Amino acid sequence: MNAILSLILSGGVVSMLVAIPLLGVWALPHVFGIHLEWLFGIVIPYLAVIIFFVGIVYKVVQWGKCPVPFRIPSTCAQQKSLPWIKYGYAQKLDNPVSTAGVVGRMILEVLCFRSLFRNTRVEFGSGEAITYKSAKWLWLGAMAFHYCFLVVILRHLRFVTEPMPFFVPIIEKVDGFFQFFLPTVYQSGLLLGAALTFLLLRRLLDPKLRYISLVADYFPLFLILAIVKTGILMRYVFKADVVSIKELTMGLVSFHPTIPEGISVIFYIHIFLVSILFAYFPFSKLMHMAGVFLSPTRNLSNNSRIVRHINPWNPPLKYHTYEEYEDDFREKMIEAGLPVEKQAASPAAKE
Amino acid sequence: MYDGGKIIAGIIIGLIFLTFPIWFTHGKAVKRPEVKLPEKEKQCVQSREYMKTNHMQLLDLWRDSVVRVAQRSYVAPNGTKYDMSLQNTCMSTECHAKKTEFCDRCHDYTGVVPYCWDCHIPPKEEPKEKPEEMH
Repeated sequence: MNAILSLILSGGVVSMLVAIPLLGVWALPHVFGIHLEWLFGIVIPYLAVIIFFVGIVYKVVQWGKCPVPFRIPSTCAQQKSLPWIKYGYAQKLDNPVSTAGVVGRMILEVLCFRSLFRNTRVEFGSGEAITYKSAKWLWLGAMAFHYCFLVVILRHLRFVTEPMPFFVPIIEKVDGFFQFFLPTVYQSGLLLGAALTFLLLRRLLDPKLRYISLVADYFPLFLILAIVKTGILMRYVFKADVVSIKELTMGLVSFHPTIPEGISVIFYIHIFLVSILFAYFPFSKLMHMAGVFLSPTRNLSNNSRIVRHINPWNPPLKYHTYEEYEDDFREKMIEAGLPVEKQAASPAAKE
Repeated sequence: MYDGGKIIAGIIIGLIFLTFPIWFTHGKAVKRPEVKLPEKEKQCVQSREYMKTNHMQLLDLWRDSVVRVAQRSYVAPNGTKYDMSLQNTCMSTECHAKKTEFCDRCHDYTGVVPYCWDCHIPPKEEPKEKPEEMH
């Protein structure tokens, strides 16, 4: 599928997803007098969360059932070898042999996206020579996106906990540090939108990336962008009755669902898109949230030369070792003048 | 399952993190807060729905108007003139006299910390009514 078609398809699907709650909550009551708030505010969020948890656990268990018979860590540094070959801290992290090294490597991977930091770009330098240049923009965009998303999610805890955990007001205070506009603008929301736009433009503007980008790449970007936009619009522009919204969300997490009066349609669009994200999550590339912990190229130690790893699906084989072979033919071998590891037993003992 | 122990431990840790709001709330449905509305005065400067969602922006406009343009008069949609003042108009004894019974109820519930009180001093409330609000 080419880029244009992928864009049209994923953009069209997200537009439809915005239209569904708009029709269901805003148009239907006006035209037919049917009220579907309970569907968008209670049923769909619950279904989505169930799909989210069951899907993730199922996927991880399926992955867990895949054998990893060989050590396949990517070896990004000198492996542990003879004592006079340098094996320092950098090597311990990039080519770990111990669990501590693997844990360190995983922490850097999960929290700092080290693989992306090592990203390089192949370019023609002056003349014909090929050069490899470090390319940190992807890393920067990914860091901005993931950490802003985390902050936004943690901020949302104010809607689903009562009383709030201690860290939520602290996060809000830091996030609204510049104290401009009213309600105070949270930087994380704007940065999240900016990072997503960058990650989208990156796919669109680089011909090589455009060629390998699929609907599965564009759709999550569009979906999360739509979630960010509806959230920002709801907070700063169209406004919503926050107390009623919290009553609804608290009803959801305490399993006493209610639909309070007077919640505007923008909230239902927002929560519907989030529900779609939750339900789509286990089937998508977003599963890297769990998958990063199960990456054999990162979470295995490079100890193939220290520990013997046996392929788990090896059939039970009957081995005939060299020692046994020599036992069978020792005398004949000695007669033929072949070297043997164990000398023949003395003739006295033999008799 | 290979490395089943580690993977199941990971799943459990992940689930504990992701279900934080559920076990933190543990099924306790918290009632929405009720604000104490003024007894005599029935008419606010704008409609109830507007004030519910937009009061902060209105107050922001008032502040800018008073502090930057020295324009203190506000004409409500019904033609009534009001003095633009948080302390003397909004929180006058006739209206929302008690911060703890009006402003704070919703703000505390939704975790909003308005910076009004960086400059303004909320009207004094009788201390004997304090314990009642601490519930």
